Amino acid sequence: MDLETILQLAGASLRLATPLLLACLAGLYSERAGIFDIGLEGKMLAAAFAAGAVAAVTGSAWIGLLAGIAASVCLALIHGLASITLKGNQLISGVAINFLASGLTALIGQNWFGMGGQTPQLQASQRFLGISWPFVDRLASVPLLGPLYRHVISGHNLLVYGALAAVPLTWWVLYRTRFGLRLRAVGENPAAVDTAGVSVVRLRYGAVVIAGVLCGLAGAYLSTAMAAGFNREMTAGKGFIALAALIFAKWRPWPALGACLLFGALEAIGIRYQAITIPGVGVVPVQLMQALPYILTVVILAGFVGKAIPPRAGGRPYVKER
Amino acid sequence: MKSALPRWVDFALIPLLNLALAFFVAGLVVLVIGENPIEAMRLLLVGSLGSSYGIGYTLYYATTFVFTGLSVAIAYHAGLFNIGAEGQAQLGGLGVALVCLALPWPAWWLALPVAILGAGLFGAAWAAIPAYLQAKRGSHVVITTIMFNFIASALIVYLLVNVLKVPGSMAPETAGFPPGTFLPTMQEMLGRVGVSVSKTPLNLSGILALVAAFLTWVLIWRTRLGYEIRAFGHSEPAAVYAGISPVKITMVAMLLSGAMAGMMGLNVVMGFQHRLVLDYVAGAGFVGIAVSLMGRSHPVGVVLAAILFGMLYQGGAELAFDMPSISRDMIVVIQALVILFTGALENLVRLPVQRLFLRRRAA
Repeated sequence: MDLETILQLAGASLRLATPLLLACLAGLYSERAGIFDIGLEGKMLAAAFAAGAVAAVTGSAWIGLLAGIAASVCLALIHGLASITLKGNQLISGVAINFLASGLTALIGQNWFGMGGQTPQLQASQRFLGISWPFVDRLASVPLLGPLYRHVISGHNLLVYGALAAVPLTWWVLYRTRFGLRLRAVGENPAAVDTAGVSVVRLRYGAVVIAGVLCGLAGAYLSTAMAAGFNREMTAGKGFIALAALIFAKWRPWPALGACLLFGALEAIGIRYQAITIPGVGVVPVQLMQALPYILTVVILAGFVGKAIPPRAGGRPYVKER
Repeated sequence: MKSALPRWVDFALIPLLNLALAFFVAGLVVLVIGENPIEAMRLLLVGSLGSSYGIGYTLYYATTFVFTGLSVAIAYHAGLFNIGAEGQAQLGGLGVALVCLALPWPAWWLALPVAILGAGLFGAAWAAIPAYLQAKRGSHVVITTIMFNFIASALIVYLLVNVLKVPGSMAPETAGFPPGTFLPTMQEMLGRVGVSVSKTPLNLSGILALVAAFLTWVLIWRTRLGYEIRAFGHSEPAAVYAGISPVKITMVAMLLSGAMAGMMGLNVVMGFQHRLVLDYVAGAGFVGIAVSLMGRSHPVGVVLAAILFGMLYQGGAELAFDMPSISRDMIVVIQALVILFTGALENLVRLPVQRLFLRRRAA
């Protein structure tokens, strides 16, 4: 494997990690506020469909993006209604949202376009395409830096850079703003936040809606940036890998970036090489590569590599003292 | 808060109102698509119950959902939410397939007990690690069972493509089982007593499912272990105070749950497909969640809910044929709405009903 290949893989990893990262940060906001969210997958899927369909109909990737965010936020609000207002079971609500998105996208897609659940192929102008940075060709001859610049730094679309920027932004919001402090507090000890006179309900709805927006971006990325249109079940478990990354990162923003890049790299390697031969071990089947994020997460959860402790009030509805 | 209501309200009225809401919203979806919901409902009923063919298929699907529904229900009684029935059923099917392929079985009644053992052991084994991690390490069983679903599907793909596939064949499936392992179909069984019905996949497993439901009832409400499971599910601190071991109950409940999910393999793999194909579970493990929620985790409720979902699956297929604009994905939508309204949004109905009853009592 030469340098060029490694750098190409790194670029591909970054592109594959982007939807994971956006969804992972979505889960981070929600779960840090004490709302478990296993509906990341469903919200992404709904957003991917809405973005793909609306971009195809209106011809604008941006309007598609807004539609994707709107669809995802709608589902997020259902989750909020169930788990905050009605104090229902957050896990069951997440499961329901996943199925709702899976069924509705296929049903409406078939009804709308009659293409077996797909949306029409998007033109280049209707998508978020990679942006070539200046001087790519002029730097090409520079050893190491040239290819690095071409394959890893330049050439991605806006959403990739947006996702990367969201990591320091999330860190800043969570650890350097009053909103972030309260958000984290509401996930650990909502009663204390309530006593301080801050609305638990409003904070949690805020977190859930932020999660909706981020999942909307992740979904729109899938159908209007990575691919040219929506396919049935196109999230293919990415929401759950994001959830795995969130646990892997122990609910912190910077490690989330690391975990998503790792899982993105695994996917990139799995796509490029169907079977990998490790000297002395033998052939690693592609299925093992696909299962690796989940296996690693179970290992982390088992506490063999540092313990993953979720936010303390996570999953429990807050009942105000009467 | 719970005991304030009479039993019939808690176990009949509220679930029925929730269900009605779910179907009302499903009707709205049909309207939006531009079809007549009443006509769709009629086609669905005729398709699922209008002929012995339709009924056979309905009950065949229902059999599968009884097993997965009971699986989710058993864990739920212990306060555990097992989303892993899907993966456990995959492994259970593998267990059935290995048993059926191991020997040239001369008769199904010799193969069946071993196959039940295989399905149960493999299903339970797949639940064992999440159960252990929950019991000993406190890792949330929901997350680990989700992960194990994906690991199971990767494992089964690997085994079917690389290990169990018939040499020279392209299809990722095992060899066909010897005919000696085929479970008798309902058509054969009823034919022997002189009743003639259409040929459908419905087989002996339908009766096994009812036996499983009865045994689950006995276990949960008539044994010491079942009492401990329910006590643990209601309040862990109280159960611990009463000397119940959390580790033991978590392990036992999850293992039983996994074994029950694995039993689905008897119906589909041994009773109908006679080979293990890729993703034979096809979402039935998740349907089990809806079935268990709707059936209030009671075996009778689970059986009724499973029949309803069987009707949806069979009737939905016929409906998709007659009304092409309503594809089979409508079933998934209804399933989602049932989970949403009977599970997550349950309080939407419960709180007003509760208020109504408390006011009446006060008056």
